[in-house]
Amino acid sequence: MTKTLRQSGTLLGFLAIILFFAFRLPDTFLTARNLMNIGQQVSMLAVVAATMTIVMVMNDFDLSVGSMASLAGIVAATIFAMGYPVWMGLLAALLVGVAGGLLNGFLVSVIGILPFVATLGTLTIFSGLAFKISGGKTIFGRDIPPGFAGFARSGIELGDVKIPALSLVAAGVTLLCWFLLEQTSFGRRLYAIGGNREAAMLAGVRVVRLRLLAFALTGLGAAGAGLMYAARVASANPTQGSGLMLDAIAAVFLGMTMSRQGEPRVIFTLLGVLMLGILDNGLTQMKVDSYTREILVGVIVIAAVSVATLSQRRGA
Amino acid sequence: MPDLTFAQMSKSYAGVRALDDVTLRLRGGRVHALMGENGAGKSTLIKLIAGVIRADGLTVTMDGQPVPLTGTEDAHRAGFRVIHQELNIVPQLSVAENILLSHAYPRRFGIAVDWGKVRARAQDALDRLGAGHIDVSAPAGSLPVGERMLMKIAAALVADGAPPVLYVLDEPTAALTGAESDMLFDVIARLKAEGAAILYVSHRLDEVMAISDEVTVLRDGRHVSTRPIAETSKARIIEEMTGREVADVYPARRGVIGAAPVLRLQGAATDDLSGLDFDLHPGEVLGVTGLAEAGQSRLLRLLVGQGRLRGGRAEFDGTPLPRSPAEAWSRGVAYIPRERRAEALMLGLPIRSNIVLPFLSGYGPVSSKRRETHDAARLARDVRLKAAGMEQPVGQLSGGNQQKVVFARALMGAPRLLLLDEPTRGVDVGAKHDIYELVRGLAAQGCAVILTSTDLPEVIGMCDRILVLQDGRQAHLMAGQGLSAARLLAAFYDLAQDEAP
Repeated sequence: MTKTLRQSGTLLGFLAIILFFAFRLPDTFLTARNLMNIGQQVSMLAVVAATMTIVMVMNDFDLSVGSMASLAGIVAATIFAMGYPVWMGLLAALLVGVAGGLLNGFLVSVIGILPFVATLGTLTIFSGLAFKISGGKTIFGRDIPPGFAGFARSGIELGDVKIPALSLVAAGVTLLCWFLLEQTSFGRRLYAIGGNREAAMLAGVRVVRLRLLAFALTGLGAAGAGLMYAARVASANPTQGSGLMLDAIAAVFLGMTMSRQGEPRVIFTLLGVLMLGILDNGLTQMKVDSYTREILVGVIVIAAVSVATLSQRRGA
Repeated sequence: MPDLTFAQMSKSYAGVRALDDVTLRLRGGRVHALMGENGAGKSTLIKLIAGVIRADGLTVTMDGQPVPLTGTEDAHRAGFRVIHQELNIVPQLSVAENILLSHAYPRRFGIAVDWGKVRARAQDALDRLGAGHIDVSAPAGSLPVGERMLMKIAAALVADGAPPVLYVLDEPTAALTGAESDMLFDVIARLKAEGAAILYVSHRLDEVMAISDEVTVLRDGRHVSTRPIAETSKARIIEEMTGREVADVYPARRGVIGAAPVLRLQGAATDDLSGLDFDLHPGEVLGVTGLAEAGQSRLLRLLVGQGRLRGGRAEFDGTPLPRSPAEAWSRGVAYIPRERRAEALMLGLPIRSNIVLPFLSGYGPVSSKRRETHDAARLARDVRLKAAGMEQPVGQLSGGNQQKVVFARALMGAPRLLLLDEPTRGVDVGAKHDIYELVRGLAAQGCAVILTSTDLPEVIGMCDRILVLQDGRQAHLMAGQGLSAARLLAAFYDLAQDEAP
């Protein structure tokens, strides 16, 4: 009984939020157009949160995803500005993501630094690099190829609704992460590491290697999200990804309140992402200022985790 | 002398009765043993007395007067001191601080902690135990396990407010060597002489017979019997605990020992092990023993790829030792670590995942829950695991059944070398017997086994040869057959004379 309440508490809250907006904004909220809009808005966050789930499954986390997203956007835009083709910019940005992720993984897994400290350090490094490469300026206008920015505005027409391309990318990445974590032995080993790292190592799980790899994937996801962001706003500046990190971690935590053992799962992370996105969208439409929105998001995350923790304790 | 009655203790977890209407009478100056298999309700009973959990219907009386018991504060005020099986210590803090941790630190001017007094009070408590040699300024983490136990008992002795009337000792000797256990028994005798009641929980029948005045047996949460120790016997207690007659404790060895060695160590040494020199053959069971932390665990860790050879040679299957646990498992080495919960199990994950973990690659890159469940269920049957299903989280199982999950994992790869680090520690008689049978069965199929244990009868009863370590050095290698416990114990201190190859 308490267990079901714990698992569904956040979900009930989510439904309450949707109903609230549906009543307060009857003409604009539950329309196909607005839902597609939300889908577009959350797609970057969805990619970062889904790949963040990969490290959080192991009880690790990555604070550097936001500045990695900024850095990836800057790297791509710089290469565009130098006149190279689009694919080279994308490839370079994604490689930077993998390299940054590997650096995180190396520090955490091989050297053995706490993820908090290691990724706080790389957060600053990536952010500094983004400023250094861009000279602190926003890269925009003619430097951004129309094909790159156009992708973010494109989509698949279904009747009179257009499913945004970015949402499709996010859905694909989320699906991939779900498959990786829940259907492959790779993912099962990551859950084992999260369950008990020492025991997993002694049972033959190659912990060092897997942690390294997991961080690389998170870095790759962050870089991907940075590219999506840059495409969407047709520009790159060294701070544009900075909001992603806290929201991504918040989304995973919201998701963890919905799973059976309180473990991170991609599908629930996605629900967490949607919850944050809907909140943002609804409150903006109700003309609530962004400061109040931030306060509300914080309160909701704390409330959800508190309810889950309290009912878990009572159930134990 | 206090006369305590805990009447009608009952407790249910999620509809399952863990303890069903048990009444216990404990009197001052007596040692009352509590026995039962894992899952019999011993831990629940202890938690009730400690006030950690609330009983469904419990009345406590001391000398006829009712005692309130609704939380740990009440238990402490009433003078109940519980020394739990898991030694919860703060390793970074000093022994003195650990001893006074749950008490108000003595202070100077009402604010500054009076460290001199802290050390003095800790020293007093240790002296009372006859353990005054322990350095109260040393970090608690630097103490050997046996001394940590003495430290915890000292913490319970520190008097503040009411004098202790009842000591509950939960499996205190599980991690102790023979000498340390003897020291503990002296302490118990002293507390008893001071008029305190002692509730002694243990799986070790010999100890219980030696030190207790009466014994209560629980089975499946119910009270089976309470008898004076003179009116019962080991066989009778086992029968009452298991509800069946237990034949010979150690099953007879079967099968033959192979000729070509699986494992060959020649003068092997690491940073903290030396002089390791033995061959291990298929079907052979080698016991590794010695004083607590003489290097038993480190030897197994070396064989599983968690140590670096500094000298000599060491070969498994004619090639160098595995360099990682991953390589070890894939080459047919199965390892059961000493600390079940910390080193072997993912308590939040299902039984299935815990069993198949080392062999996930065998299912290909895309995992198959159906095939895993099939394999896990087959192994669970082989080890006689009692569980609600393969998806049940391991954390919900009793200690003995958790250990069986670890065994099921070890069996899965049909290992050729099985490494067991204290496999029967904190495991009840019935589960112990099952574990012995499993070891015998594997050996009969040609698996070589190394088993560490500080339980001397177990080492002698189960092992073909016995290796005694002293401070990381191979001191003796003796034949198990016909060895007496006394001679084996003497070898721990290097008093043994004759050796067998």
